[in-house]
Amino acid sequence: MLAAQSLQCVRGGRHLFENLSFAVPGGTLLRITGANGAGKTSLLRILCGLLLPSGGEVLWRDAPIRQQREDYWRELRYIGHLAGVKDEFTAEENLVFAAALSGIDIKSAAAHAALDQLGMGKFAHLPVRMLSQGQRRRVALARLALPDSNAALWVLDEPLAALDTDATDCVLSLIDARLAAGAVVVMTSHQPFSVAAALHSISIPV
Amino acid sequence: MSIWASIVQRDLRIAWRRRSDALSSLFFFVIVVSLFPLGVAPEPSTLRLMASGVLWVAALLATLLSLGRLFAADHLDGTLEQMLLAAEPLWLVVTSKVFAHWLTSGLPLVLLSPLMGLQFGLEGDEIAVLSGALLLGTPVLSLIGSIGAALTVGLRAGSVLLALLVLPLYIPVLVFGAAASGAFASGLTVTPHFSILGALLLASMALAPLATALALRISLE
Repeated sequence: MLAAQSLQCVRGGRHLFENLSFAVPGGTLLRITGANGAGKTSLLRILCGLLLPSGGEVLWRDAPIRQQREDYWRELRYIGHLAGVKDEFTAEENLVFAAALSGIDIKSAAAHAALDQLGMGKFAHLPVRMLSQGQRRRVALARLALPDSNAALWVLDEPLAALDTDATDCVLSLIDARLAAGAVVVMTSHQPFSVAAALHSISIPV
Repeated sequence: MSIWASIVQRDLRIAWRRRSDALSSLFFFVIVVSLFPLGVAPEPSTLRLMASGVLWVAALLATLLSLGRLFAADHLDGTLEQMLLAAEPLWLVVTSKVFAHWLTSGLPLVLLSPLMGLQFGLEGDEIAVLSGALLLGTPVLSLIGSIGAALTVGLRAGSVLLALLVLPLYIPVLVFGAAASGAFASGLTVTPHFSILGALLLASMALAPLATALALRISLE
C-alpha cells in the first residue's frame, strides 16, 4: 500500500540516505530505526509529503503522493515531534479541531472518550498549558483513539517517548487495532515494543 | 462543520483568549495617530490635510505588528504542520486564517477610524470616505502581509525581514487609499480610487492565498 522508490535525502549539504526503497502492504507495521541524526524524522516527513525528497518517489496505493495531495492527507494521520496542541485550548477543543482538519466531524463526547482511553478524561476541560509534557503528549496521541475510519496510514515519530507504562500499553493496543483494520503504521521508537501484526523493519545507516 | 468555519472559529477563540495581543496593536494605532497632532502644529487646516495620510500609515504599521501572530505561534506548537496535512487545500486554510486575522486586526482599525478622524477635525462625509477606503484597504494589507508572514515564519530576524518584504508591497494601497480622501477634499469624485482599491482587494484575494500556501510549504520543509 505504501512504497518508497530509491528515496534520497540531502539536508544542509549532508547526504542522510540514498537509494532507500521499500514496499509495505496493508496491516503491517513499518519500524524505522537508526542512530540519532541518521534521518529518521526526515524520512517520516518525506513519507508525509511535508518534505520533498532530493530524489525518488513515495507511492500510496501505487500512485505518487505528490499527485494525490489532499486525498492522501485525508487518509494520513501524522504525529510528529511537536505535539500540535494549542496551549490556549482545552484538551477536548484541541481534539475536535484536529479532527476537523483531517476532515472528520466529531462531537465533544467522542473527543472525551478518546481522552479517557489515554487516561486524560479528568483533564479534558483544562487548558493544555496547565498540563505536563507527558500529558500534552497524551493529548496529541488521543487523536489516534478517535473514531476515524478514514485513517489508513499512521506516521508516528517516537510515539512512545515520555509515556508511562499504562499509556505505552494503550498506544500499542491502538496501533494493534488499527493494523488489524488493515492500515499501515510507520513509526520510530528507541524503546523495544511488540505488536501482534506483521513487523517490517528498516534501518537507516549513518 | 467545514474546515473553513472551524479555523475561523478557532483563530477568533485564540484571539479572544489572548486578547492583550490584539489590543496592543490597536493601542499602537491609537497612540501613533494621536501623537501627530502633538508633534505637528495643531492648526485645523494642517491637521485636516494630513489626517488620511497619518491614519493610513498608522494602519499599515499596526497591521505589520499584528502579522507576527498569523503563523508564528502555530508554527512553534506544531499545529501549522498539521494544517499543511489538512484534508482540504492549503489555500483554503490560509484564507480562513487571513480572514480571522482581518477580523481581529483590520476591522477594529476601521471601526476606530471615525473617532480618530474626529481628532483631526474631519467632517462627517470626509470621515465616511476615509473609513470606507480603510474598509476596502485593510483586507488587502492582511492578504499581502500573509505572504510575508509565511515566508519569514521560523526565521530568527523574521520581524525586520517581514517589514522589508511587506511594506514596499503596501505602497499601492497607501497611495490610492490616502488619495481618496485628498480627491474628496478637492471636490473630485472618489469613484476611481474606490474602484482601484476594490480591484486590489479582488486581485489579492485571488492570488495571495495561493502564494502564501506555497510560501508556507517552502518555509516548513
